[in-house]
Formats: sequence, structure tokens, C-alpha cells
Amino acid sequence: MPFDVSDLAELDAPEQEYLWTLNFGPQHPATHTTLRLILTLDGEKVVNAVPHIGYLHSGFEKLGEHLDFNQYVTIVDRMNYISPLHNEISWHHAVEKLLGIELTPRCKYLRTILAELMRIQDHLLNTGTCALDLGGFTAFLYFFQQRELIYDIVETASGQRFHTSYTRVGGVAFDVNNAWVDKVRSFIKGFAAVHAEVHRLLTRNRIFIERVQGIGYLSAEDCINMGVTGPLARASGVLRDLRKDEPYLAYADLDFKVIASKGGDCYARYLVRMQEMVESVKIIEQCIENIPEGPVNVDAGSKAVIPAKPSVYRSIEGLIQHFEVMMPNRGFPTPKEEIYAATESPNGELGYYIVGDGSPRSYRARTRPPSYVHFAVFPQIIKNHQLSDVVAVLGSLNIIAAELDR
Amino acid sequence: MSTEETLQSKFPAAGLKCSQFRDNRRVVVPAESLQPLLAFMKGDLGFDFLAEITAVDYLEYEGATDRFGVVYVVVNTKTGERLVIKTFVNDPDPVLPSAYSLWKSADWLEREVYDMFGIKFSGHPDLRRILTPDEFSAYPLRKDYPLKGRGERHNFPVITRADS
Amino acid sequence: MAMKDVPDNIFMTQLDAAASWARANSLWPMPFATACCGIELMATASSRFDLARFGAEVMRFSPRQCDLMIVAGRVVMKMLPVLQRIWLQMPEPKWCISMGACACTGGVFDTYAVVQGVDRFIPVDLYVPGCPPRPEQLMAGIIALQDKIKHGGTLNGTEFGKRTQPMGPTPYDLDELIRIREANEQLVSLN
Repeated sequence: MPFDVSDLAELDAPEQEYLWTLNFGPQHPATHTTLRLILTLDGEKVVNAVPHIGYLHSGFEKLGEHLDFNQYVTIVDRMNYISPLHNEISWHHAVEKLLGIELTPRCKYLRTILAELMRIQDHLLNTGTCALDLGGFTAFLYFFQQRELIYDIVETASGQRFHTSYTRVGGVAFDVNNAWVDKVRSFIKGFAAVHAEVHRLLTRNRIFIERVQGIGYLSAEDCINMGVTGPLARASGVLRDLRKDEPYLAYADLDFKVIASKGGDCYARYLVRMQEMVESVKIIEQCIENIPEGPVNVDAGSKAVIPAKPSVYRSIEGLIQHFEVMMPNRGFPTPKEEIYAATESPNGELGYYIVGDGSPRSYRARTRPPSYVHFAVFPQIIKNHQLSDVVAVLGSLNIIAAELDR
Repeated sequence: MSTEETLQSKFPAAGLKCSQFRDNRRVVVPAESLQPLLAFMKGDLGFDFLAEITAVDYLEYEGATDRFGVVYVVVNTKTGERLVIKTFVNDPDPVLPSAYSLWKSADWLEREVYDMFGIKFSGHPDLRRILTPDEFSAYPLRKDYPLKGRGERHNFPVITRADS
Repeated sequence: MAMKDVPDNIFMTQLDAAASWARANSLWPMPFATACCGIELMATASSRFDLARFGAEVMRFSPRQCDLMIVAGRVVMKMLPVLQRIWLQMPEPKWCISMGACACTGGVFDTYAVVQGVDRFIPVDLYVPGCPPRPEQLMAGIIALQDKIKHGGTLNGTEFGKRTQPMGPTPYDLDELIRIREANEQLVSLN
């Protein structure tokens, strides 16, 4: 009968002296940012893994209690920093639900386009670095070039290429123009070729497949029980997608598929992410051709919205409202209520629990970060894998430390 | 019969308070009935997905009577039904039963609540600090903890050029 | 020896200048990337911006092979001992770039956990502002650092020995002390 070391892991007897402990991180290239793992190894086999996190805990939620609903958008930006705009959209989705604001159709479509661009951006970096960690440098460079194009698009819209702080309560900071629409169109046109090229580079690449197929298996039941959402859950066959289940923004009008796989391993996650990018491009195509005309911000009659600049300069009402929203000791009334609102971020269910106390600041601004829940799964799925698989599994889980620790 | 009605008829003595705000359906449950209620929801009503555990410190909240509110967001993945369950605990010894035996996702979420608010979860297998350092003594998201801390962030030795 | 006898392919310089020239043009960065700035650091190194044009593309993740630490992103109280340890592991001569607002001053994160500027605890040679800085800006920073190394570097690194103070502000400023005292008073009054 083969000797199973995992049985011994529970004992602290001298027999297991041949097991040795490896500290992995917090500063290690494959952890991408600041994760730390204490691995117990038997030769190259991982017997046990204990994650230590908090190496980037910077008090986001405490800050959220001291900044108002518009100011805090600059902070949520820095949470999942490979798709910053999606955090903003999620945050203001929750705030608008609390305040009961219904967006204009143009803003809904605009935010949908940006959200899907962010999904592409997130998946580009994730699949790119996943390949990079396993030795495929080319895919990373190809995909990073596409990310630069998306940076250009959001820079045209908002003026900043990275942390855009673009959304506002009830709308966005500035409307987009036709040049922006053309930029999005040309990005979509060029993206398909690069996507296909990387498909050819990786999907049937023997070296890549050997490293990811059958690695890091997660069953559908475990996914649900452990709170896993997003592409990870869909790669295990859980058909949950908040864009379909609880439609927000313009998703109810759009025609798109929920991508899922039964594989449950790193390869399935890679395939799901690759295919989701194609679906996102389809969504953007539908939106960009049907983007409605009209105002992008909701009517300034609701007291929570920053008025348009012409009305600030030309009318006393606009000026007063601008003053009310902008001054730190003024602000708009909010309901004394609590709300949980979630969106489907590129990583999974990104929820916010906001407690309003009547002031324009949230009394409590809790984030439900998908990375945090996903990283808790890691010790279970890495067990009995090789040390080199740690890198593959970490790459496929897409853990963003700033979102993990906040 | 809606889920709220089912819960009311199952726990008539508990005094559940059901309400709705926007699309959030909420049930407020006393702390002693929390564990049976969660077990019933998981076992019989098919709420198999625990999305979120978090807490709120109501120290400075106008009109609040209890110190901490703990919030559970549970989802039925078959029907897509979402329910927010809330309970209250108080100083000096805030303790709640752990939901780890029902949903494994409660593991880290409860550890975070413990780390940030000091609410203990009895029955949790490994209740340690998770985000702040082990030697940290305060609970940073409590309202009586200042935003800028009490100087912990600068309590380190300095390395000069001559040392390195 | 008359200068006219020297062939064209030989030039004369000081040893200090030759060493500094070589060091400045072959910086090996240690990317201490903790947060968002790390992604911009990646962007700087990849296709469009291509850090290799300035001889600084050899990112090494082992501190013992590097001579330039780029602190990219906020450093929090749990991470600071790690940062100091990695800094001490790097061999001399070494330089440090503090990239981004958070590493320079704490940036928007004036909270209990974030160190308000890494220069309080390790020596920093160059600050690159921005949140995050654009890749162009990081490159400008690296060029400025090359300039600094070329004009003032010595062969045996004696210029570092003179710096006995941390190069940033003093670790405890008055504001901080007042804030701590107020916080303690608040605590006492609560109890």
C-alpha cells in the first residue's frame, strides 16, 4: 500500500522531520503583489499551505466612513487596480440604489461599455501574467499592448489613464464624444486578431496545457459552499452571473451568453476567461451602435447630482447646487437605511454594504471583495500538488492584493 | 408562501422583524435564534451560498440601541433569491455562533469581522487576526478608533544610509 | 607619454567616473511592487514603453542581484519590516526610487495602517510623484537617477558613508505626536 504523507501532516511526531517548510512571499514575482504562503513540502509535493494576508491592508473601509459618496470613488479605484473603473461603477451602483436614483439610458449604456472594457482589461492581464508565470512571455506582451489601447480609451473619456475617478452619483464626470466612440470601434476591430493570435499561441500549446490541465480542481459544490463566484465558479460549472441573474445597467437589453465550463481546473479557468473576452466584445459592439442620445447625468432636480457646468456658470440654481454638493460641510440628505448591492465584477461578485445615516457620508462602507473569498479556497485546492503548480493556481485564481486586504 | 412567512411560522417565538428596502429583503433576528435560523435556511430552504458576513458599529448612530450589528447575506443559487439577515450583539463580550459548520465561506469572513470589530465567533476553528499584524491590539473599524490610528504605523526602527 | 601617441580607441577618464558610468547604464531594478504602481511598472517594462532602452530592464526578484529598489505602491505596517529586510539584503552600491504618492507620502491613504512615506524608514534617492505615475514619468525618474549616479558616484561608494541621517523628514513630526496624544486622551475619556 502506498504511503500517504498527508495522513501524517496532522501529527507532530518526529517521523515527519523530512517535511520541510517553505516561506513563499510576501515579495515574490509569482504572488504578483503581496501574498504570503507558508508551504509544508514533502519533496516537491505540497502537503499543507497556510496563507497569511494583510500585507497591503490600508484601511479602505475606515476611509469610506470619512469621505462622501463622490470622494470615496477615488479610493475604490485603488481596490482592484487592474480594472479600476469597474470598482467605481459598482460603488456608485450601490450608492444610487441607496439614494433611489434611476440613471439615464445614455449613462447606463456608457457605463456598460466601460464595465465590459474593464472586464477585458482584467482578463487580459490575468491570462497574460498566468502565461508569463508559466514561461510564455509573448502572450503577456501581446495582451499588454491591448491594455494600453484600453488605457487610451479611458484616458480619452476621463483624462486619466489608470485611476480614472470617472463616475459620479447619478452619472459620470464628463460625457463622451464621437472621437471616443471611434476609438472604441477601432479597438474592437483590432482586438479580435490579437485574441486569435494568443489563442493560437496558448490554447493548444503542449507546454502550457501540461502545466494547467488537471491542476487546481474545484468542484461545483465546493464553489457554492465556499462562496466562489465569477469566472472561477463558472469554470467549475456553476451558472451564476449577476449580469443575467440580477440585471443592472443595460444588461437586460443586451444579448450575450454566460460562459461556463465543466473542467474546474486552471485550464478551464483560462478558457472561460478567454471566451468571456469575446462575449464582452460582443456586448460592447451592441452598446456602441445603440448608445442613446440625451443627457448623461440624471436631472439636477435630485439634490445628489453635480449639475452640468453651463448651468453652474449661467444660473443661480445651478451654482447653489454645485456649492451644496461640493462643500465639505454641506451635502445632500440620504435615507437612514442600509443596502447591499452587488455587481458582476471581472473577478466575481463585488458587493457593497452601505449604511446611510442621513449625511452625505456613508456610516459604514463595506466591500465584499471576490479575491478575499477566492484566496480562502487556495489551501484546499493546492493540496497534493507540486510546488511548481502553486504558481499556476495562483495565476488562475487572479488574486489582487489590494482588493484582498483593502 | 414567501421565505419570510416560512421563517415567521417556523420561529414564531423569535420575534423576527421582516422589511424591504429597494430590492433588499431583510430579516432581523435575535442573536440566540441566529444559529437555528441559519441552519434552517441552509438545510431546508436551500440557501446554499453565503455571500457576505460583515458588521456595523452603531456607537455613534442616531437612535441605535445596540452596539454591533452583524449582517449575513445569503443566496439561494437555484432560485436566485437573496436575503439579508441581521442580528445585534453588545459589549462587553460580543459573541455569536459561527456559521462555519454550514458554509465554509464563513471561515475568512468571520475572521475579518473578528479582526476589525472584535466580535468573537464561538465554534470557529481558527479565529485569529487576519489583516492586521498579530501584535495589533485595537479593533480598527470600531467607531472609537481614530482614522489615523494611535501611532502604530510609525512604530518601527529607522534604517539610515550608514546602517545599510 | 605624449598624448598624440595614444590611439583613437583609447580614452582617459577617472576610475570613479568610469564606474559610475557603467553603473548608471546598467541598473538592475528590484521591483518592490505592492499595489497599483506595480501595474504601471509592468507597463513601463512591456511593449509600448520598453524600459530596456535605458538599460534598466533586468528586473530581478532576488534582492541580492539588484542595485535599484523601486518601491511601487503603498507600504503598510505589516509590510514595512519586509521592505527593510529586503533593503538590507541588497548589496552596495544601491539606490532607491520611491514611486508614486503612496510610497512618497502615504498619498490618499492617511489611515492607521499605511506608513506615511517610506523615506521615514529607509533612505530614498529619488521620488516619482503621481498616482500612479505614468510610465513616461517613471522613465524620467530613472534618467534623473542615472544623472545623479554619473555626477557624484565613486568607485568605492564613499558618498553613501557621509549620509548618516535618513534622507526624508524626521520620523516623528510634531503633528504626529499631537495626534497620538489626542488619540490617547480620547481613549482615556471613553474608558
